[in-house]
Amino acid sequence: MSASTPFGQSMHEAAASLRLPGSGLAWLDAARAEALRAFAERGLPDQRNELWKYTSLRALAQRAYAAGDNQAADRVVGMASLPLPAIGNQCVVFVNGVYRADLSNLNRLADGVSAGSLASGLRESPEPLRFLLDKRADDDDDGFTLLNRALAADGLVLRVAAGVNVAEPLHVVHVGVAAEAASALHVRSLIELGEGARLDVVEHHVGDAGAGHLLNLVRDVNVHARAHLGWTVIQRACADATVLRCSRVRLHDEASLGFHALELGGKLVRHEIRAELSGARARFESRGAFVLHDRQHADMEVLVTHRGRDTFSNAVWRGVASDRARGVVHGRILVQPGADGADGSFYNKNLLLSTSAEIDTRPALEIYADEVKANHGATVGQLDENVLFYLRSRGVPLEVARRILVRAFCAVTLDGIEPATLREYCDGLLAEQLPEVAA
Amino acid sequence: MLKIENLHARIGAKEILKGLSLEVKPGEVHAIMGPNGAGKSTLGNVLAGRPGYEVTQGSVTFDGKNLLELEPEARAAAGVFLAFQYPVEIPGVNNTYFLRAALNAQHKVRGEQELDSMQFLKLVREKVKAMGMTPELLNRAVNEGFSGGEKKRNEVLQMALLEPRLAILDETDSGLDIDALKQVAAGVNALRAPQRAFLVITHYQRLLDYIVPDFVHVLADGRIVESGDAQLARELEAHGYAWVRERESAEASA
Ligand SMILES: Nc1ncnc2c1ncn2[C@@H]1O[C@H](COP(=O)(O)OP(=O)(O)OP(=O)(O)O)[C@@H](O)[C@H]1O
Ligand SMILES: [Mg+2]
Repeated sequence: MSASTPFGQSMHEAAASLRLPGSGLAWLDAARAEALRAFAERGLPDQRNELWKYTSLRALAQRAYAAGDNQAADRVVGMASLPLPAIGNQCVVFVNGVYRADLSNLNRLADGVSAGSLASGLRESPEPLRFLLDKRADDDDDGFTLLNRALAADGLVLRVAAGVNVAEPLHVVHVGVAAEAASALHVRSLIELGEGARLDVVEHHVGDAGAGHLLNLVRDVNVHARAHLGWTVIQRACADATVLRCSRVRLHDEASLGFHALELGGKLVRHEIRAELSGARARFESRGAFVLHDRQHADMEVLVTHRGRDTFSNAVWRGVASDRARGVVHGRILVQPGADGADGSFYNKNLLLSTSAEIDTRPALEIYADEVKANHGATVGQLDENVLFYLRSRGVPLEVARRILVRAFCAVTLDGIEPATLREYCDGLLAEQLPEVAA
Repeated sequence: MLKIENLHARIGAKEILKGLSLEVKPGEVHAIMGPNGAGKSTLGNVLAGRPGYEVTQGSVTFDGKNLLELEPEARAAAGVFLAFQYPVEIPGVNNTYFLRAALNAQHKVRGEQELDSMQFLKLVREKVKAMGMTPELLNRAVNEGFSGGEKKRNEVLQMALLEPRLAILDETDSGLDIDALKQVAAGVNALRAPQRAFLVITHYQRLLDYIVPDFVHVLADGRIVESGDAQLARELEAHGYAWVRERESAEASA
């Protein structure tokens, strides 16, 4: 799709007007300029791109976005939306894409953990960030990744030193607050766990009604040998938000990632998770659900590459769509030469609650190694009429019966969320969401 | 209490009930027997309101109200209960949670106090004990992986909890071992009350030794073709349904 759309023009205007942190650094200026040029050439991804096959950006291309929110540092935020109850209070907060030290709370951060803003990192000590930002466009970079490279103004830099076991979960909260104009918020983050480290991250997206921003979040997640990251995403962006995320995960020898996602909010939502199991015996387990209504669109791209020997991946995803909502699930397992003994599976079930809703699911396996176990399965169906009748015959009203069944359908994706209080909280969110969906 | 008159019902183009009439008064136990495919389960399903059945003629009143125009959940709240011939499994829905949701939904409709989880647990544990059920079944998903007999007991447990006014038991005895049969029968007998009626669908006289019916009906080809007292069940056991057909044709030609 051409970059000379209203969207593309607004991005170029942003590049011309913004004074980004770290500008003046030759390597950074060059990387940003090159990324912008590459975006001008490639434009937004179109539906010929396999990873965007069912997500049309035609409407988005016609929108112009403001170049970030220049008052993000001062926006008032209702405290209710910040750290989730009963799961500790350590949090890093971003408002309209900008790190807010005043709202963050890191007073109990363990020794060996650092969590800070990309913007201040670039101002104070850019060199350690060079590996993250000094990149040239490659084939995997789509238009949003390029724009992010050209325009990211802030982000989270989270590092855990080798051997450090962080007991308390860290909340990473992205708050969308209504501004004078809908803005494009390009956020670039890094999560890095040293050898043998352990950390649980709870990523929470919330937003005011009317905060119809575009969040373009790109992050690298590096989990070094024997380290473990627990990562739970709770996405409750406001109904007119666009939430696009690309996560590049690298798992080294015996590293593991336990990923959970509950995607409830937003209007146009996408998460591309590229997990590279590069070390031997690396493990990646993902469980996720989206529950959509109205005209919501959610696209979950779970792309797993096994490179190391005896690597393991398992994915269990659920999708629910009612009204005119549209869901997309793409689970790809690629087993590269040399990844002998790999074990990968991807299971996805979906539920349509209205005749106008649609869900497309595509599991894909590509195997180039030996002694590999790989499984996949995907279904799209409706609620079982016999089960509905059974519940109703016991006095449970139809809407309640539907809600019970939808919740049960998604419940498996909450398995393994730690701590239990967080799992219960997620279950509660699911239950809250369902009246809108199952009615 | 329940009055069925000239009921005709079909699924798709297939007529299954063909002019069925039956009256059940409070306190009575009616047994319904009849050959496979005669329409016994269909009758239970039509009374409980299962979607997919079309009533083309006749009427069903329950406590003077037109039962057929109520949603299934409203029939349940009014006191109609169907113990399914084939109870369904509901993966992911905890049995205790389900039972409480059902009981509280009915209480709510009737304007009665809803039970909190402690009150409910106490109640359900008593019922489980009385039923001779393994309490562990309460913690599992509804009927998921239950044995045939466990499913049937779970149906009777639901009946005991919901205390319906009209309980329709569709082959609740099939698949039960001898002890379970006695326990299920004891469960039913414990619920027998002047205000409560039972429609017991069964193929076996044996159940009726434990739950002694006031009336026995033979349902064949979509109609009640013979009615009698408990003795009728014994004769059926001895002679089979061919005997009923012969008597019918003898009457018709007489
Ligand atoms: N969904 C359906 N579609 C078509 N025919 C059906 C359907 N359900 C039931 N029938 C038919 O209706 C007839 C009556 O079925 P029903 O289940 O009521 O019999 P039944 O008397 O309960 O038999 P059994 O003693 O074997 O349980 C059968 O011939 C059956 O095949
Ligand atoms: Mg039957």
